[in-house]
Amino acid sequence: MNAPDNKRRALLAAAGAGAVAIAPGIHLIQASLADEAGTKLASSKVRWGMLIDTTKCTSDCKECVSACNAENGIVEEVADPRQRSQWIRKIDLVEKRTGRQHSLPMMCQHCANPPCVDVCPTGASFKRADGIVLVDRHICIGCRYCMMACPYKARSFVHEPLTTQNPEMPRGIGCVEACTFCVQRIDRGQKPACQEACPQGAIVFGDLNDDNSDIAKRLKEVASTQVRAELKLDTGVRYQGI
Amino acid sequence: MSRALTFLAAAVLALPLFSAAHAGEVAKPAIKIENPGTQCVAPADEMRRNHMEMLKHQRDRTLRLGERGAKVTLNGCIECHASKTNGAVTGGKDNFCEACHAYAAVKLDCFDCHQPKAGYKAAAATKPSGEHE
Amino acid sequence: MDYAASRSAQTKFYLLAGLGALVSAIGVGAALYMEHHGHAVTGMNNQVVWGLPHVFAIFLVVAASGVLNVASIGSVFGKTVYKTRGMLAGLLCFAMLAAGLVVILLDLGRADRIMVAATHVNLTSVFGWNMILYPGMFGIVVVYLWTLMEKRMYPFSKPAGFAAFIWRLLLTTGTGSIFGFLVARQAYQSAVIAPMFIIMSFAWGMAVFMIVQKAMYLWNGMSLHPQIRARLKNLLAVFVGAVFYFVAVYHLTNAYFAKQVEFERFILLDGGIFPLLFWGGWLFVGTILPLILIFAPGLANKAGSVTLASLLVIVGAFCQLYVFIIGGEVFPLDIFPGMTASSSFFDGRIDQYSPSLPEFLLGMGGIGIAFTMVVVGVRVLKFLPEDNIAKLEAAGALAD
Repeated sequence: MNAPDNKRRALLAAAGAGAVAIAPGIHLIQASLADEAGTKLASSKVRWGMLIDTTKCTSDCKECVSACNAENGIVEEVADPRQRSQWIRKIDLVEKRTGRQHSLPMMCQHCANPPCVDVCPTGASFKRADGIVLVDRHICIGCRYCMMACPYKARSFVHEPLTTQNPEMPRGIGCVEACTFCVQRIDRGQKPACQEACPQGAIVFGDLNDDNSDIAKRLKEVASTQVRAELKLDTGVRYQGI
Repeated sequence: MSRALTFLAAAVLALPLFSAAHAGEVAKPAIKIENPGTQCVAPADEMRRNHMEMLKHQRDRTLRLGERGAKVTLNGCIECHASKTNGAVTGGKDNFCEACHAYAAVKLDCFDCHQPKAGYKAAAATKPSGEHE
Repeated sequence: MDYAASRSAQTKFYLLAGLGALVSAIGVGAALYMEHHGHAVTGMNNQVVWGLPHVFAIFLVVAASGVLNVASIGSVFGKTVYKTRGMLAGLLCFAMLAAGLVVILLDLGRADRIMVAATHVNLTSVFGWNMILYPGMFGIVVVYLWTLMEKRMYPFSKPAGFAAFIWRLLLTTGTGSIFGFLVARQAYQSAVIAPMFIIMSFAWGMAVFMIVQKAMYLWNGMSLHPQIRARLKNLLAVFVGAVFYFVAVYHLTNAYFAKQVEFERFILLDGGIFPLLFWGGWLFVGTILPLILIFAPGLANKAGSVTLASLLVIVGAFCQLYVFIIGGEVFPLDIFPGMTASSSFFDGRIDQYSPSLPEFLLGMGGIGIAFTMVVVGVRVLKFLPEDNIAKLEAAGALAD
């Protein structure tokens, strides 16, 4: 302990020099990966939403459902229809007291306070910065707790091996899935498949935060409601005419 | 004690001798490159070692951050590496991903969800599932 | 024990352990079948997402937490009669918890991702908390057993017992809250579900303990001292009565709300199998009959009446869980109040759930795993509750 330990000092110096030599390399690699980001990332300045004018829906029209199935590669042949995936479905309603009938499409409501995100044990069910609620199938373990939690029964579980996936929308056995607002399309600046397919133009998709968007202007003019509004989930999908 | 350590050190240092001697005897996987002469996103050595990390890093950026059109995309790999025989990267011993993964005995988790066929389009608009009652 | 008796005991042990291992293996095989073909081969669907395996698993997990009560009463509350029973309770807790977890994990859509579940934990999710609470429970039970079984560690059994007591209250509150926190379906969304699960755990755990203890006593040609038997059976009766109270409060409150009346009518009156299992299964077979067996003057002291009561409590437990979990799922979500809904996704309709064979085999596999672990455990280590009657009487522990 008295004379300076030169061997030890040499080792420490070599270790320090080595670390200093390697560190910039590691840092540069990280930097180069970050540089690859050429496209715009999802931003919380945007909140995607949908306004559905149910007065334009008829019971026998299912164009939105067909379009969604085509866009997302949903071609299941499971024998039991209750086990098939439905990202969007038409619900026919009859008011009990008056007998008034009408029809509307129901899909994931992309809530601002999504119960499915709260209950997911791995965090696979998540809300993107721009408000779209998605399932990260890389870490989904298929526990189906989110399906128990969803007040709209929006989610489906894949009950069989799949082969017809759209390359832009991976989906697979054992994972849970739901409407994504056609995230693969909107990230390219297009509209969701259901909106494009609707012959009556009942579905309007857009940025709720942008005062100049179609949907924001319409929401200021017409009376719209959220389904199960008392749950205070602040849904992204609003309905007109219920 | 020091004799044991010397022996151990000698054995460790001698290991490369053994591996070098056998290097020529271990069969390498038969990988079929469908588009020879083209360049992957990184040199083959780096791809072999790091493709899983690159894909894993990018998948989170695409899914969680909404990044599109990055340098590394799984569909990009599939477009280039899909076999000319069945148009996919899995499905047989000759397919690109499957050949190496079968050799290394590493489970391919990707294609339970991701479409292994290049340029695949699902069948035209299907009937809505389920009976309406 | 002479040589012949010892050999015969050995054969019987191997047969029992072998039977347990076989049932477990079949259960695992059923899970592999489900994983390979997808859940299309089960009776579960997009409305009834949790089925028979979950009924089994939740019973096992809740009973596991409750059986440790027997040990807690000894270590935490200092009741001497229970102290010698703490070790067996610990073993039962460990075995049933492991079994319940295995069934839940094997039913996952992606059971190969258990490591992902362990490393990615969402702390706003009760399931996520379970990823911490369950392994923690295993650790605490092991430490607790160690303090009970090794003489020099015995002074630590009180703090270990206390830790186990608190931890399993958290655990079972978590299990009940899995349902209690759900706002979507009419059966759940209630704060009373968590304490109800706690009380259910006490009753079911006690029942399982009584059955296993009886089996061990039969094997060893022992019998339970009448006064100890009286204490244990009275405690079981208290727990069964408490469960009745909580279930009654739950249903009465539900029935009071106009928006819940339709659901209550379904569960209690016209839901077919569900009222049958509720009134006949849980109330009559699982509550009234056991109470009669425990208290009726002619029956209470008959040999085997408490064991039979315990078995009936367990039958009632399964009926109750079936009604609670599956009954809660088949009833349609009330998305548009005041309207009748219909769709291709079976909105507005009461779903028909028929359990499939793989689901049943997986659930039974869980029972098999718990059974095998207990059979091997009690054979290998000293878990048998042995009462030193003279000592107990001298200490006044048997006085009423």
